[in-house]
Amino acid sequence: MKELEELVIPQDLRYTKDHEWARAEGDLVTCGVTDYAQDQLGDIVFVELPEVGEELAEGGQFGTVESVKAVAELYSPIGGEVAEVNGALEESPQLVNQDPYGQGWMIKVRPKEPNELDKLMDAQQYKDMLKGLE
Amino acid sequence: MNTEKPGTSGLVLNEPLLWEKGRKGRVGFSFPLQDVPSQALDEEFTRDDLDLPDLSEVDVVRHYTRLSQWNFGVDSGMYPLGSCTMKYNPKLNESLAALEGFSEAHPLLLSDLSQGALRLMYELQGMLAEISGMDAVTLQPAAGAHGELTGMLLIHAYHKSKGQHRTKILIPDTAHGTNPASAALCGFTPVVIKSGEQGILRAESVAELMDEDTAGIMITNPNTLGLFEENIHEIAEIVHGMGGQVYCDGANMNAIMGVVDIGSMGVDVLHLNLHKTFSTPHGGGGPGSGPVCVKGHLEPFLPVPRILERDGRFELSDDFPHSIGRLHTFYGNFGVMIKAYCYILSMGAGGLKRASQLAVLNANYIKERLKDVLHLPFERPCMHECVFTDRYQRKYKVTTLDMAKRLIDYGYHPPTIYFPLVVNGAIMIEPTETESKEEIDGFIDCFKAVVKEAEENPDLLHQAPVSTRIGRLDEVEAARRPCLAG
Amino acid sequence: MRYLPHTEEDIREMLGAIGVSSLDQLFVPVPDQCKRQEPLNLPGPMNEWELKEHVGNLAGEMLGGSKIKSVFLGAGSYEHYIPEVIPYLLQRSEFVTSYTPYQPEVSQGTLQAIYEYQTLMTKLFGMEVSNASLYDGATALAEAVLMAFRVSKKNQVAVSKLVHPHYREVLKTYLKPTEYSIIEIPYGPDGRTDWEAIPKTHDIAAVAIQSPNFFGCIEDLEPFARIARDEKALLINCFTEPLAYGLIKDPGSQGADIACGEGQSFGIPRSYGGPGLGIFTTKMKYVRSMPGRLVGKTRDVKGKRGFVLTLATREQHIRREKATSNICTNNNLCALAATIYLASLGGSGLRKLAQINHDKSEYLKQALSEAGAVIAFTAPTFNEFVAKVDGLSRRYQRLLEKGLVAGLDLSPYYPELKGHYLFSVTETKSREDMDYLVKEIT
Repeated sequence: MKELEELVIPQDLRYTKDHEWARAEGDLVTCGVTDYAQDQLGDIVFVELPEVGEELAEGGQFGTVESVKAVAELYSPIGGEVAEVNGALEESPQLVNQDPYGQGWMIKVRPKEPNELDKLMDAQQYKDMLKGLE
Repeated sequence: MNTEKPGTSGLVLNEPLLWEKGRKGRVGFSFPLQDVPSQALDEEFTRDDLDLPDLSEVDVVRHYTRLSQWNFGVDSGMYPLGSCTMKYNPKLNESLAALEGFSEAHPLLLSDLSQGALRLMYELQGMLAEISGMDAVTLQPAAGAHGELTGMLLIHAYHKSKGQHRTKILIPDTAHGTNPASAALCGFTPVVIKSGEQGILRAESVAELMDEDTAGIMITNPNTLGLFEENIHEIAEIVHGMGGQVYCDGANMNAIMGVVDIGSMGVDVLHLNLHKTFSTPHGGGGPGSGPVCVKGHLEPFLPVPRILERDGRFELSDDFPHSIGRLHTFYGNFGVMIKAYCYILSMGAGGLKRASQLAVLNANYIKERLKDVLHLPFERPCMHECVFTDRYQRKYKVTTLDMAKRLIDYGYHPPTIYFPLVVNGAIMIEPTETESKEEIDGFIDCFKAVVKEAEENPDLLHQAPVSTRIGRLDEVEAARRPCLAG
Repeated sequence: MRYLPHTEEDIREMLGAIGVSSLDQLFVPVPDQCKRQEPLNLPGPMNEWELKEHVGNLAGEMLGGSKIKSVFLGAGSYEHYIPEVIPYLLQRSEFVTSYTPYQPEVSQGTLQAIYEYQTLMTKLFGMEVSNASLYDGATALAEAVLMAFRVSKKNQVAVSKLVHPHYREVLKTYLKPTEYSIIEIPYGPDGRTDWEAIPKTHDIAAVAIQSPNFFGCIEDLEPFARIARDEKALLINCFTEPLAYGLIKDPGSQGADIACGEGQSFGIPRSYGGPGLGIFTTKMKYVRSMPGRLVGKTRDVKGKRGFVLTLATREQHIRREKATSNICTNNNLCALAATIYLASLGGSGLRKLAQINHDKSEYLKQALSEAGAVIAFTAPTFNEFVAKVDGLSRRYQRLLEKGLVAGLDLSPYYPELKGHYLFSVTETKSREDMDYLVKEIT
């Protein structure tokens, strides 16, 4: 397990209390799980993602992520329609471990309300939350 | 006194997969005479060739003999798996279960031809009722989880008979996964109760959550931390007060036979594991048997068929209009029941109580002697099992898993690890009563040696086990790219 | 007592180390109101020799003190010869006294054996994946139906009336507290399920048939596969007599999505109905929805081939209330028995044995027919069939006295079939046995 200082928490992203991150990319929002989440889960073996076109509520479950001995539910940082899912994760779930903010992205959502991102934590707030968990 | 550790490396042979051996046309079976004419089946129903390996009898015997030598069993050495009760499996009971009168009996024989089996089952029901302090028993469930489902169905039927449709059930955070899984099968939503700091349930926590939409509570007593749920009486009263039912998971019955009267604790329905408390062998994962014992008010709902006795004669009957129905093709795992029946008769009342007392003695002894080297999360008397954690070893980057794997090199099956989930890095040790003092002293000494290695040479643990034919396996690849058939 | 090794001295020393003065003191955490007031009231203890006699007597009472010589009963439990090799190998301590293989390094025997079992099952039924066993055929069917509900997200299942009556009862029990419902498919005059009677509601999650069915008739899967496809439902082919598949077409090649049922015929004694073996096979695309344990192949740190339990995130100990099933303990040792049985028979042997079963059954069928019995159904059968024999119910008791259990009376299960009996004939019945039955029965 990584120490708090070793965790990667990019400044330009938004975070949820369930350890998902969100990044605005044009008119879509890309989501995934944080470095803390992948570190806690260990080697990821399977990611269950929604269908393109599915409607998600803010905080609603969009899938699951599995390691050998654990399953975690994935909750959507924002409400909206699923525009894209990362098909590469089917063959290579380890991308979530290797590059959680890049190639390990999970879904791209077309947000219902464009300003929902502002309600989420920023990097410092997320880091403080992690400190509190220790 | 022999102070050599039992673990070593012996002559263990490699053995390929079945289909990597054999030759087409070989046979390991003796065919009966063809004394009737051969009649071909219509071609449209007939299958193509069957791609199964052909082996001789020698091939088969050698194959499985070698495979068996790769396993560790209770007969190999101490197997202190918490919550599994890996006690000695008496050999006499195995041969009695194999008696032709039983093994060759077809389940649909008329009652007149089945008196021996029906009598055995009827008497076993009575014995289990007495041991648990309950009123009626069904032997149908084929395993503990099957018994839990039965209990949930009984509770569901009970509420339905009162015109109620309750949707929730209370389950402690220490519960075995089969508890919420069984509840969910019945349409109940599990509501988690957090155990108190002492590791047991507090009555107040139950009172906060109990309401009239809650069907009842599932508790394990002693619980999965090896602690007696001391507040059970009050908890049962709270649940009953709102019309709920109390289900007890009796997996840990080995701690309390002859000592505790489960019926008087306020329990309405309970399951037992014959393959734990009652010494029937685990067989590498089964078969087991999970009888369910109930209080009188739940008796009408028991599964059918049930055994009726009249003037010393026994008969099966389906005539129970409120029964939840059938749960097994026939009557449950009769072959397993025979062994439990034999065990109870061999031990008698005094023997069963003694077994529980000694199981608790062994566990407390281990707790006392290991608590200076392993972190003990609950400093209080335990029952038949005790729980430690890897907290002291983490600074050496050694985990519960590492210590478990190193114990293998020392010649012991590891204890249960990472369960219950409420304790981080849990190590659950259940010696059972059939381990002698020297076996346990040996186990304690070896565990202490492992702890010392953790401090002085942690890599020994990280690489363990090294004395087995196979080392640590890549479970990640196995899950990422499942290869489930050859 | 030979299973309790502690001497008084051992106990004294251990109590001393713990710091209490008696065994009773260890139970101080148990409140008084929970403690038993009286000792347990149980028979015994019996010594080894008394127990042997007592239980021996009970076993001796079975089958009317063995005056019964030939039992022509099937209906979900079958008499087959069990090679001596199987009980011999099954008695190996390391197989019998070991636990579920959670520590794979010390359980490779069990794990490889189960991987072999899984593989043989997939080949036999034409499927892609098998689990490590469930309890029995009835619960296997219930689990298959629940899986179909999960996969399809629909609420109804169409079940043939020719699925074993007890399997249907168990399914009803499992579904009672749920919102799911069962539609029963009737049978036709040929003794097979009437596929035309399946309602096309588009709400069906699965179609479940049994082959050979309860009447012993071999079902034609093609129309059912077609309906399942049209309804976007799963086709479940269950079975009570897996030996049939040594001869008849495998369900996988005919469009079944799940093939499940009872494996007792494969080297497991009848044992008054249990333990049996719940076989469960399906296609890889459904694997994450499957119940039960799965063993997978992998490598160890040195690159050596080995086996582990895998995809455990489906199971109760991880997924809890969202698990694909609540099953924990299964019928592992029985699966091992089945594997050794099939290993001994081999592909060629299994086919040969299945053919012998069929031949014997056809012989009795014809002999009864020639003696005046009416063979009730025209569809081809494997090793069971239904016949109407005049006056059999009157003579049944007398036949028992002659050592014959002459079939199973079907009227309790199918009231419309009064006077009809289900006869099972396996490789264990000689020509003389059958001739004797025919002579006495008519």
